[in-house]
Amino acid sequence: MNTQTAVGRFGRFGGRYVPETLVPALMELEEAYAAARADPTFDAEVAQVLREFVGRPTTLTPARRLTEAWGGAHVWLKREDLAHTGAHKINNTVGQVLLARRMGKKRIIAETGAGQHGVATATACALFGLPCEVFMGALDVERQALNVFRMRALGAVVRPVESGSRTLKDAMNEAMRTWVSQVSDTHYVIGSAAGPHPYPTVVRDFQAIIGRELRTQAQAAFGKLPDAIVACVGGGSNAIGVLHPFIGDTGVRLIGVEAGGHGLDSGQYGASLTLGTEGVLHGSRSLVLQDADGQIQEAHSISAGLDYPGVGPELAHLAKTGRMEVRTATDDEALASFYEVARLEGILPALETSHAFARGRELARELGAGKYLVINCSGRGDKDVATISARGVPPAVGVKP
Amino acid sequence: MSGAIAKAFARAKARGEGALVAYGMAGDPDLPRSVDVFAAMVEGGADIVEVGVAFSDPIADGPVIQGAAERALKAGSTLKRVLDEVVPELHRRCPETPLVIMTYVNVIMAMGEERFAKRARERGISGAILPDLPPEESGSLRATFDAAGVDLIPLCAPTTPPARAEAIAKDARGFVYCVSVAGVTGMRAELPADLSQRLELVRKASPVPVVAGFGISTAEQARTLSAHADGVVVGSALVRAAHTEGPQAARALCAEIKRGLKR
Ligand SMILES: Cc1ncc(COP(=O)(O)O)c(C=O)c1O
Repeated sequence: MNTQTAVGRFGRFGGRYVPETLVPALMELEEAYAAARADPTFDAEVAQVLREFVGRPTTLTPARRLTEAWGGAHVWLKREDLAHTGAHKINNTVGQVLLARRMGKKRIIAETGAGQHGVATATACALFGLPCEVFMGALDVERQALNVFRMRALGAVVRPVESGSRTLKDAMNEAMRTWVSQVSDTHYVIGSAAGPHPYPTVVRDFQAIIGRELRTQAQAAFGKLPDAIVACVGGGSNAIGVLHPFIGDTGVRLIGVEAGGHGLDSGQYGASLTLGTEGVLHGSRSLVLQDADGQIQEAHSISAGLDYPGVGPELAHLAKTGRMEVRTATDDEALASFYEVARLEGILPALETSHAFARGRELARELGAGKYLVINCSGRGDKDVATISARGVPPAVGVKP
Repeated sequence: MSGAIAKAFARAKARGEGALVAYGMAGDPDLPRSVDVFAAMVEGGADIVEVGVAFSDPIADGPVIQGAAERALKAGSTLKRVLDEVVPELHRRCPETPLVIMTYVNVIMAMGEERFAKRARERGISGAILPDLPPEESGSLRATFDAAGVDLIPLCAPTTPPARAEAIAKDARGFVYCVSVAGVTGMRAELPADLSQRLELVRKASPVPVVAGFGISTAEQARTLSAHADGVVVGSALVRAAHTEGPQAARALCAEIKRGLKR
């Protein structure tokens, strides 16, 4: 045991930095996952649930009015907001809960930021009859009341977490601490492509269905692969899911958009790829927002799902090697995009997704006419209407007040 | 490798006692007063002191130590300040007592592995415990520590399979820290029934002493465990005593646990 091994590494990033108590469980998960992947009945079962229950494949929709308004590339939307429960998160929870059931686990725990992953986990648990406990920062419990209700209605127990910044990072700490105590019969469904090995791989594989569908749909819709794909990045699960199947296609530009919060010079943002440094958070080595003493900084974003000071190790690797371009959008830019997309396309995007739209606008112009830009519509904005309407609704364009 | 840790265990053994490894949080309630708490623990009979360095996201800790870390961070505790302001003073006041740093790997990485190892050794640190650094990830760090003469003390858990536990024990530095309960730090009324067997297994394989830690807070628990281990670690109970009643209470609790460790 003397040498450093490459346990779940993406370049320098990844690994398994957890208490020894959890190591055997992670090894068990790694083995069970490999066995499940090698078993065609498991793939078939996941595929069936995704088709019948989740409503996959989600559509690839032309955004005609945005294309016109932005005056550049053709804009298309990959519609994860149309998946059951309203976000991409369900792709992963269905897979992981089926995996947990195969492993004979008796109960499920999860952490959640925006509540979408909590709702998706509670939904999969209801579908397969497993008890479910969801840890959620107390601040997020306040700002995502709708999703808190949905989780409770689905039979899950929601545990508000009062420590630290009372957001996603603290919910993840608490879920890990709880898992250490209950590891023998409990599976922890991590919601993003982060955490200790094998989670970044497991979550990425379950989310990669987004990108695989997009490949086929793009060929059918416009006869080639997209010229660029853009996705928002919190922990990075929707981004790695849509982007991963295109990593080898060097003609496809891959772009991740992080939370710029109040602006990159404000000290309040969620931009770990842009401003983070190498460190270890929640079991993996990646880029994290931290001070010079290695204390993790509190992230900020108007969207609870991007309010995280870390990022998945595979995205950190793609960003560092230059395969993925990284940009940021501020709270205000995301809000403006929310209304623009609502009014031009009849879609209320999640605030997380609105960050991708904010940069999509200029990317469409950069690419220019005749090119194809796909924006990953990671989720719908119903959960955010209280946050957004509290700031007052701007008058509709062309409508006299 | 540090001889100080081996000597401390040998001294306790020669007196017919199990060793007491006492944990405190550096910087709780502030840096200077935490030195008083550590020194009081040694006066109470602690054989080895674990100097806790606060981390913002302590995934292996329960509410008592988590709370202490939050207070320490508010009081301005950092690894650098602990090494500069707490450790030298404590080493001066208790020159015989080996000091071991306990913190999370990110805190060490931020300072730099080599810089940490060198400074720690210079200031009088004998070892380090990093609860989120399992053997698979510890290769390069351990080589650096070995070169500097700082023991990287490994942990073993109740969930660790026997073969893995033996491998961890065989390769240990300083001592082996056997985590007694599957869970985070914190006091427990009851310890698992099979703990003694696991301790014996690790002890057979280990060239260095073996201690049990997590959940231990009473002389009675210490008495039971010292039949199967070379010592015990007490953390949350001491942190709570020092926080609510001050250094005297930590000294008294150490003395009481020491009575339980008499063979
Ligand atoms: C709709 C939506 N998009 C994106 C995210 C961010 O997560 P990730 O970066 O893992 O896709 C969330 C998280 O809650 C979400 O709900």
